Amino acid sequence: MSTATADLTSPHGHEPAPEYSVTGVPAYKLAMWTFLGSDCFFFGSLIGTYMSCRGKSLNGPYPLDVFEAAVTSLSTFDLLLSSLFMVLAVHYAKLRDIPKFTFWTVLTMIGGAIFLSFQAYEFTSFVHEGLTLQSNLFGATFFVLTGFHGAHVAIGVLLLGSLLWSVRGGHVVDAGITTEVIGLYWHFVDIVWILIFTLVYLLEFTS
Amino acid sequence: MATPAHADPAVHPASTAAGSENQSYGAWLLSWIMTSDHKRIGILYGLSALFFFVLGGIEALIIRTQLARPGLHVVDPATYNALFTMHGTTMIFLGVMPFSAAFFNYLVPLQIGARDVIFPRLNAFSFWLFLCGGIILNVPFVLTPFVDMRVIPDGGWFGYATLTEKEYSPGASIDFWVCGLQILGIASMAAGFNFIVTIFNLRAPGMTLLRMPVFTWMTLVVQFLVVLSFPCITIALVLLLFDRQFGTHFYIPEGGGDPLLWQHLFWLFGHPEVYILILPAMGIVSEVLPTFSRKPLFGAPFVIFSGITIGLLGFGVWSHHMFTTGLGAAADASFAVTTMLIAIPTGVKIFNWLATIWGGQLRLTTAMLFALGFVCMFTMGGLSGIMHASPPVDLQQQDSYFVVAHFHYVLFGGAVFGLLAGIYYWFPKMSGRFLSESWGRVIFGLVFVGFNTTFFPMHIVGAAGMPRRIFTYEAGLGWEIPNMIETAGAFIIAFGVLFFIIDLIRCMMAKEMTAGPNPWDASSLEWVCDSPPKVHNFDITPVVYSDRPVFDKTHGLGPGYSLPVGHEHIHIPPPSLRPLFLAIAVAWFLASWLIAGQAMMLGVVSALLATAFMLYSCFSWFLEPGH
Amino acid sequence: MNRPGFQPSVVWLTLSTVPALPRFLRMLVPRFFFARLVPLIGLCLLAGCGGSTMSTFEGHSDLTKEILDIYGVIFWIDLALFLLVQGILIVAVVKFRATGKETTLPEQVHGNLPMEIGWTVAPVVLLVIITVPTVSLIFESQAQAKDDALVVNAVGKQWWFQFGYPEYDFETANEMHVPLGRQVDVRLQSDNVIHAFWAPQIAAKRDMMPGRVNHITFTADKVGEYMGQCAEYCADSHALMKFRIFVDTAEDFDKWAKHQASAQAEPVAASAGFQAFQGATCVACHAIEGTSSQSRIGPDLTHVGSRGLIASGILENNEANLRLWLKDPAAIKPGSKMPNLNLTDEQINTIVPFLSSLK
Repeated sequence: MSTATADLTSPHGHEPAPEYSVTGVPAYKLAMWTFLGSDCFFFGSLIGTYMSCRGKSLNGPYPLDVFEAAVTSLSTFDLLLSSLFMVLAVHYAKLRDIPKFTFWTVLTMIGGAIFLSFQAYEFTSFVHEGLTLQSNLFGATFFVLTGFHGAHVAIGVLLLGSLLWSVRGGHVVDAGITTEVIGLYWHFVDIVWILIFTLVYLLEFTS
Repeated sequence: MATPAHADPAVHPASTAAGSENQSYGAWLLSWIMTSDHKRIGILYGLSALFFFVLGGIEALIIRTQLARPGLHVVDPATYNALFTMHGTTMIFLGVMPFSAAFFNYLVPLQIGARDVIFPRLNAFSFWLFLCGGIILNVPFVLTPFVDMRVIPDGGWFGYATLTEKEYSPGASIDFWVCGLQILGIASMAAGFNFIVTIFNLRAPGMTLLRMPVFTWMTLVVQFLVVLSFPCITIALVLLLFDRQFGTHFYIPEGGGDPLLWQHLFWLFGHPEVYILILPAMGIVSEVLPTFSRKPLFGAPFVIFSGITIGLLGFGVWSHHMFTTGLGAAADASFAVTTMLIAIPTGVKIFNWLATIWGGQLRLTTAMLFALGFVCMFTMGGLSGIMHASPPVDLQQQDSYFVVAHFHYVLFGGAVFGLLAGIYYWFPKMSGRFLSESWGRVIFGLVFVGFNTTFFPMHIVGAAGMPRRIFTYEAGLGWEIPNMIETAGAFIIAFGVLFFIIDLIRCMMAKEMTAGPNPWDASSLEWVCDSPPKVHNFDITPVVYSDRPVFDKTHGLGPGYSLPVGHEHIHIPPPSLRPLFLAIAVAWFLASWLIAGQAMMLGVVSALLATAFMLYSCFSWFLEPGH
Repeated sequence: MNRPGFQPSVVWLTLSTVPALPRFLRMLVPRFFFARLVPLIGLCLLAGCGGSTMSTFEGHSDLTKEILDIYGVIFWIDLALFLLVQGILIVAVVKFRATGKETTLPEQVHGNLPMEIGWTVAPVVLLVIITVPTVSLIFESQAQAKDDALVVNAVGKQWWFQFGYPEYDFETANEMHVPLGRQVDVRLQSDNVIHAFWAPQIAAKRDMMPGRVNHITFTADKVGEYMGQCAEYCADSHALMKFRIFVDTAEDFDKWAKHQASAQAEPVAASAGFQAFQGATCVACHAIEGTSSQSRIGPDLTHVGSRGLIASGILENNEANLRLWLKDPAAIKPGSKMPNLNLTDEQINTIVPFLSSLK
C-alpha cells in the first residue's frame, strides 16, 4: 500500500501535523519477533518441564551415565559457528553480493546439518545405553526438549535452503530483509541451545 | 469521498465478481472459499462461531434438563460427562474466541484505516484451520454410534491428568480433544502474529497508539496473550500425547511424573485465556457506551492501561485455579495477592464506564442495553471472583456450582453480552441494514432475565454444597428448587437466542440498505466507510488528527480526520486456494497422530502424506503470483 | 501441604504474626452476622435450602468457622460495591436518558485525574481488608498439625473413600469418625485419578492428588453426622462418590475405633456365609480381618454391617439394597470397578445376611 502525498498539516491549521506513526520495522521482521516471543514461551514451558522433573527419575540411566561432554561441546561449538556464518550471509545479502551470500548460507546450512548429525549420533548412543522415552523421566524430558530443539534447527536448515533457492531464482524482492528475518530465527534457536546446553548438560557436570 | 479511487480491476476479480447479479452459485461459493478479504473472513468466523455457539447451547440445554430434578436420567452418566466437556470446550474455543475473531477481522483494519490485514492469506489460513479444529472436535458425535469405544472428549474442559491418561481414558476421546485443541491453538497463534503486525504497521497516518480505538487496543492486548499463552498448552498437550501414545510418564506418579505439572502448564495458558475471552468484549463496550452517551470514553488512557495491566497480571495468577491442590501456604498467599491485584484495573474500567455514561445523553438502543447489561453482569462476576481469590474461601467454593455461577457471569454476562452489543452495534456497518430494535428489546429482555434466572441460583446452590460436573444429585439437600429455576432460565435464554437468529436471518434478507456510513453518530474510522464497506475499505487512506476522528469532524470539535486529495494505487491480493490447502495439510498432519493412536503404521503413512501435502502447499503459497 | 521447617517470606511472616489486625478486622462486624445472619439470608432466599450438612453457610469446626468469617468480610464488601455500581448505573440510566430533543452535545468530559487516582486507591484499601485475614488464615490453617492430633489416612478411589486410622491400626470405608475437640490431621492421597475431599461444615476441601500427600487439619466442635462428597471430576460415577464424617464424643469415638480395630471372631471364618463369600471370589478384592480374606482392592468389609450406608454413601445399608448391589453393581454405580459376578440367587441369599452380620 502506498500512501498518497498527503498534506499532513491540519486543515484548520490549529493543530500540529501528526507524526506518521507506523513503526518502520518491516512486516516480516516484526512478525518474526512476535513469533520468537511466542517461541520463548514454547521453550520456556519445555525447559520448565525439564527442570521440574530434574532428579526425579526413579531409575537410571541418569544424565551422567550417558552424557559425553566432549561430543556435546563440539556440537555446541559447531552451532555457535553456524551463527557466525549466518551473520556473514545476512551481511552479503544486504550488499546484494549473491555469490558470497550463497557461500555463507551454504556453510550455515552445513553447520546446522552437522549439529543435527551430532544429535542423531547422541540419540542413538543414548538409546543403546538404555535411555529411551519410556525408560525414565529424564529420558522423556530430555528427548522431548532436545528433540523439539532439533526440529527447530531442521526447519531452519529447510528455511535457508528455500531462501537460497528463491534468492537465486529471483523469487524474493528484498533478499537482505528476508535473510535477516531467517537469521533472527537462526540466532534465536542458537541461543535456546546455549540455554539447554547450560541447564541440561553443564549443570550435571558442576553438581 | 474526496476522489474516486483508482482500483486495478485486473488484480482483484473476486471483488468485481462478488457484486454481480448473474454469477453462478458455484462461483459465489468459490469466491468465499478463496477469499482473503478480512471482512469476508470476519463474516465466516462469525457464522461458524454462531453455529458452534448454538451447538454448545444445545449441549447446555441437555445438561440443564438432566439436572432439572434429582435423579433424572435424560442421558447416561458417560454421555453427560462428554456433554459438559464439549459444552465448555465448544463455548470457549469455538464460540467466544472465534466470535471475537470475527470482530477483530472485520473491524481492526477498518478502525486503523487500513485496506486489509498485513498477511491476508495467513488470515484465511487461520480461519480454515480453526474450522478444521472445530470439525475434529465435533466429529466424534457423528462417529460414536459406529465405534465401540468412547470417542467424544470427556475429560472436562481442563482435562486434568491423570484422568486423561490412557489407563483411565482408554478410548480415543482424549485423543480427539488433544488433536482439536492443538489445531485451534495453531490457528489462534497464526492470527495473533498477523494482528500484532497489522496493528503496529498498518495504521493510517496520524493514528498514534493512543489515538487507536479502545477495541483495537484490546485486540492488540488479546493477540499478545494468545501468542504468549498458547505455547504453554501446546507443550502440555504434546506431553499428554507422548504419555498416551509413547508410554512416557510426564504426568504419571508411578513413573516419577506429576499430575500437577499438567495443571501448571494448563493454567499458565488457561488464565490468560480467560482474558482472551473477556478483553474483546471490554473493547466493544468501550466503543458502544461512548457512542450512545454522545460523550468520549472517560479516562480512555486509563481504560487502555488497565487492559494492558490485566493482560500482564494474567500471567501471574494461574495458581489461583489450584488453591485446593496443596501448593503450600507461601504459594497460596502469593497467588491470592496477585489475584486480588487484578480487581484494581478491573474496577478502574468499571468506574470509567460508569463515568462515561454519567452526564451523557443516553440512547437506549439494543446495543446500548447489552453494553449496560455487560457492566451490570460483569461486575457481579468480578465481585464473586474476589471471594474465591481468598484461598480459604476457595476451599469451600472451588469446584462447586458457586464457581460455575462466577465464570458464567464473567463469560456469558460479560463476554457474550459484550459480543451481542457488538453485533447490534456493527451489524449496520457489516450489512448496511439494521437489526430490528423492537425485536432487539425483547431479545435483550429474554437473554437478561433468562441469564439471571439460570445463573444467579447457582451461587446459592453452590454455597449449599452442590459440586460441579455431577450428572445427578439426591433430593433433600435443598438443591431441588434452585436447579428447577436454573433449568427454566436456560430455556428462556434459548428462546432469546432463537429470536435473535430469526431476526438476524430476517434482516439479512431485507432488500433495503438504509444504514449509511455512520448511523450511530460514532467516532472511529470504520464509520467513514460505506456500509457495507468496499472491498478495499477506503478510496483514500484517511489522515487522523484525534482519538475520535469521525465524531470530532461531524460535530466540528476539531479536524478529526481528512481525506487527502489525490490518487492511490490500490492493490488487492487475488483470491487464493492456498490457505485452505495449507490448513487442510496442517490439520491432516495433526490428525495423523489421532490415527496413530489406533493404528500406528496407518498413522505414520498418513503423517508422511500430510507432510508432503504441507510442503507442496507452502511452496505453491510462496510462488503464487499477485501477492 | 505442610512443609516442616519451611520459612515463609518476610512479608508474610510479618503479616501472619500480627494476629491483632485480622482479629480486629473480624471484630468490625460481630460473628453473629456471619454465623447467623448470612445463613439466615440464605434460608430466606431458599426457603429451607441451607438446612443440609452440605451447606457452607454453617461451620462446625475451627477451620470452617474461620472461613465463614472471611467469607463474611468479603460478602459485605462485595454487597456494598455491588449496590454502589448498580446504583450509579441505574441512576445514570434514569437521569441521563436522551429525550430526543437535545440540540447540543452533552459536556465532552475526557477524564478526571483525581477521580482516576481515587478509584485506583480505594479498592486497594478494601483489598487489604480482605487480604490480611486471608493470608493470616492461610498460614494458620496450613500449619503443621499438633503432635497429639488424630491422623486419618484418606485415600480417594474410583469411586469411594478409604479411611485408615494408623493409631488404631484399621481401615474402613466412606464413614469417617472423629473425636470432638481433638485436632484431626487428614492425610489425603490417591492412587488413581485426582479426587477432592469436601465436607463443607467440618473440613472444607482439598484435593487428593496421586503421588502426593495433602493435609487438612481441623478440630470439630459439635457432635453430629456431616455429609461430604468428591468435588473433583473423576469420571463416570463422580456424582455418586460421597462420604460421611461422624463427630463423636471422645468416649464414643474411642469405643467405635477399638471396635473397628477388632478382628471378627473365629466362627465367622467357618460360617457358611464366609464360604459363599469365598466361593463367589469376593476375597479377591475385599478384606475381612480374622479370616483368610485379606485383599485391599475394594473396601474393607470387616465391620461392614456397622455402617449406615453402602456404595459410598448413596444407599441405606439394608439387606434389600445389598441384594441390589450384588446383583449388578454397575446398575447402581455406573462404571463400577466391582464387576458383575453373575451371582446366583442362592449365593446372594447366603452372602447378604453374612455381610449384614459383620457388625
